[in-house]
Amino acid sequence: MSAVATEYETVIGLEVHAQLATRSKMFCGCPTTFGAPPNSQTCPICQGMPGVLPVVNRRAVELAVRAALAFGLRVNPACRFARKHYYYPDMPKNFQISQYEEPLAEDGSLELEVDGAPRRIGIQRLHLEEDVGKLVHEGDFATALSSLVDYNRAGVPLMETVSRPDLRTPEEAAAYLKAFRAVLLALGVCDGNMEEGALRCDANISLRPRGSTELGTKVEIKNLNSFRNVQRALSKEYAHDYRYFPEPDLVPLQMDAAWVESTRAALPELPRARRQRFVSQYGLPAYDAGILTQSTALADYYEAAVRAHPANPKALANWITSELLREVDAADDTAIARSGISPARLAGLVLLIDDGTISGKIAKDVFARMLASGEDPAAIVKREGLTQVADAGALEALVDAAIAANAKAVADFKSGKTAASRAVVGQVMKASGGKANPAMVDRLVQEKLSRM
Amino acid sequence: MISRQDVEHVARLARLALSDADLERMREQLNGILGYIDKLRALDTTGVEPTSHAVPLVNVMRDDATRPCLSPDEALANAPERSGQFFRVPKIIEE
Amino acid sequence: MRTIHELTAAFAKGEASPVGVAEDYLARIGALDDRLGAYLTVTRDDALAAARAAEARYRAKAPLGPLDGAPVALKDVFCTRGVRTTCGSRILERYVPPYDATLVERLKAAGAVILGKTNMDEFAMGSSTEHSAFQLTRNPWDLARVPGGSSGGSAAAVAGGLAAGAFGTDTGGSVRQPAAFCGVVGLKPTYGRISRYGLVAFASSLDHVAPFALDITDTALLLAATAGHDPLDATSVDAPVPDYVAALASGVKGLRVGVPDEYFGAGLDPEIDRAVRAAIDVLRDLGAAIERVSLPTTEYGVATYYVVAPAEASSNLARYDGVKYGLRVPGGKDLIDMVSRTRAAGFGPEVKRRVMLGTYALSAGYYDAYYGQAQKVRTLVRRDFEKAFARVDVLAAPTTPSVAFKHGEKSDPLAMYMNDVYTIPASMTGLPAISVPCGFNGSGLPIGLQLIGRPLDEATLLRVAHAYEQATPWRQRRPELS
Ligand SMILES: [Mg+2]
Ligand SMILES: [Zn+2]
Repeated sequence: MSAVATEYETVIGLEVHAQLATRSKMFCGCPTTFGAPPNSQTCPICQGMPGVLPVVNRRAVELAVRAALAFGLRVNPACRFARKHYYYPDMPKNFQISQYEEPLAEDGSLELEVDGAPRRIGIQRLHLEEDVGKLVHEGDFATALSSLVDYNRAGVPLMETVSRPDLRTPEEAAAYLKAFRAVLLALGVCDGNMEEGALRCDANISLRPRGSTELGTKVEIKNLNSFRNVQRALSKEYAHDYRYFPEPDLVPLQMDAAWVESTRAALPELPRARRQRFVSQYGLPAYDAGILTQSTALADYYEAAVRAHPANPKALANWITSELLREVDAADDTAIARSGISPARLAGLVLLIDDGTISGKIAKDVFARMLASGEDPAAIVKREGLTQVADAGALEALVDAAIAANAKAVADFKSGKTAASRAVVGQVMKASGGKANPAMVDRLVQEKLSRM
Repeated sequence: MISRQDVEHVARLARLALSDADLERMREQLNGILGYIDKLRALDTTGVEPTSHAVPLVNVMRDDATRPCLSPDEALANAPERSGQFFRVPKIIEE
Repeated sequence: MRTIHELTAAFAKGEASPVGVAEDYLARIGALDDRLGAYLTVTRDDALAAARAAEARYRAKAPLGPLDGAPVALKDVFCTRGVRTTCGSRILERYVPPYDATLVERLKAAGAVILGKTNMDEFAMGSSTEHSAFQLTRNPWDLARVPGGSSGGSAAAVAGGLAAGAFGTDTGGSVRQPAAFCGVVGLKPTYGRISRYGLVAFASSLDHVAPFALDITDTALLLAATAGHDPLDATSVDAPVPDYVAALASGVKGLRVGVPDEYFGAGLDPEIDRAVRAAIDVLRDLGAAIERVSLPTTEYGVATYYVVAPAEASSNLARYDGVKYGLRVPGGKDLIDMVSRTRAAGFGPEVKRRVMLGTYALSAGYYDAYYGQAQKVRTLVRRDFEKAFARVDVLAAPTTPSVAFKHGEKSDPLAMYMNDVYTIPASMTGLPAISVPCGFNGSGLPIGLQLIGRPLDEATLLRVAHAYEQATPWRQRRPELS
């Protein structure tokens, strides 16, 4: 036994705040739209004016329960809101309505893969709370004499989840956030837009001797790209005493067990399960399955295409990952819809290749035209006369002409350099304008050269 | 008994800038009141549920529907200081 | 001095006009309020406009109901759109709300003529209205004495004939106690019966909207017009509102009236003791069965209240920081300094005391001993009442241990708090309770009888109070103000 610990490990816990996809705020009827002019989306309630009272948004509770069930958390039979006190000018009441001793849900986990190895990260709790406003410094942070406050965000519904300190590396933390986001997107609980602040993550990081089960000194690291968060962290440190007590203006929530069960039954398939199913059901490599399950819209697109052309799921996956995703952002649900190529049309294109109507090369041209015009691939092929020449008679004439024009290639072939046939094949393809069926051309050239 | 230090700490938590004389008077008065309140300790409340609401209601919620907002001018009408459509506050310096 | 039901009956018959009556009240306010100090703001133009609208409806034989054209006053704790709402505090001296409280909306919808906003202890913290940042209010029965508080302005306005009815708020007795001190009726309904939306919060779990009136019929009318579920208040009770006026005539025969021993102990003024016992005898003579009951936790009420109320207040008042509305004391080195100076300058001594007390009671290490324990004692108090109400229909007791005291007489905070000893238990349990005039002491100062009822059973309270009122002459006597 060594008296001195020589090795340390990092212990990371993540607190994620996700904006719930509601129309109105957590406790009032103001809209939650991002980017409105300052202080144009407030009312007496979310401004914390004297005399106002909060009323819970039912949809926010439903969305949080869905997320809780998806992460396998226990939805508590009863939960309650509490006031968390600290003074900060972006918080209109100088307390935040949150949940403390009785959160909505506890004890679940998120499964993720880091470098192909599965990891299960514990989620300690999930609770509801309201967001604060936005504080901007007038001018430069160092020299500013005052700050400006916009309360549009104040009162926007947030779901906070606190992970257990099960993460060890920054890569794991990133994988956690990515998997977490994918689940919320699949559930429709949060739009996941990190630039607009709909998903925010704070880390609690500490060091401890390897093998120890106790947490070391904790350092809270906030989104360091934001001064506000740095300040808030400092301010919290100063106040520290949150003086929580049950919110007297709100009554407890009791979760009907039957309703919770029906919500659980109605949960959609989650990204990880879908990825595994894509591997087993469609024979896709894990990598492709991972790409295709990045968003519900993309996975739905893929499966719709497979339904239209069930014979070749691998080819469909290839077309999506290599061609379609070059044009559209996989994470953006609406971009896929806007691409102009419906799943059925993509399936139609692959079908044209598979039944020998067009070559893979021609298919790429057809795909480009589909992107531009949104037309049906068969219609494009027909109009542009792109059908492969598979008529043996017509091809034979082209092959004979090519052989006659390539005395050197013929000589090489005869002297045993069989690869010389490729030059003849290339000549035929060129003469056909790419429409000759490459397999047939190859066979004819081989036959004719061998017989010479 | 509440000490002078406690009173100063509580005044800081409550964001009240109190003078030395105020703090001293506050300490005396709070001690008087807290001395009286201490009688609550005599009651055995083991196993007693706290009452946080006089009327036992549960699950009072609203539909997720939007309502009209205040205009920015209405929202800012009572602001002690504004800058454009923002509330303006002195700079925050951490201690 | 005419009641609301007398006034509106006269409007309906064309014997009086809403505009004429509103002008009379405004003239009386102009003549007398310098001395009484009941009003902080008189909304003359709005009142006359509302009176003209009411008059047109009466002329068209289509009044909105039994409050149409009734001149009423509002404690300055209710938000009124476009009319400053100060809560008796410097920190809100120039605050103009952009919305109406639900109470105000309902009164306007019933055609009431709002005369103005009345004086109060700052943020409703007090029992004498001496803690107003702006002015003293005097008791119409003796101008050297307090009207009670915190709704002292509303009580004095009704008692002095400067409003036909009024609304206040009762958190620990702030309507019943001034009603007793001023010789008018004050009803604290069940918690959640009248919406709190737009009532500037003092202690959220204890705040009740409560009417003042000259008699029980008016009290029933004011309650009926304002009670009922409000989707903007999650603690508002979604229960049918009975026809309170219709219930008044039923009498007390067969009802069981409990008399709690603990409300007649040491500290009770002997003249009040005699008057209240005499009132209970009247109820017996009217056919009620009188029974002794015990509420053993009564003695813990004040201590419990002075944990819960300041704790909630410290939280509710955190929003007054000079950022969004209200006073800002400029200068200072940074934001924290600005906020701390603003709050120190904007709040009076009693508010600062309670904010300090409440902050302490919620702070790390003290929560369980104070707030946690107080909320458990609240449960014990409720159990006491449940036991009593298993045997009786209403409880009868004094409203206050003493009659109206002189200005400046209770300078020790704790002595002031003890004035609420009989009103606090019904506040903490949310039970409906009413104070009805039940006589005068040797100096001619009014005494109040308090009746406490079962949850949501205001109808029985009003019925008992009405039977008593009709059997006694007290409401005939009015203070002389000229
Ligand atoms: Mg949080
Ligand atoms: Zn709002």
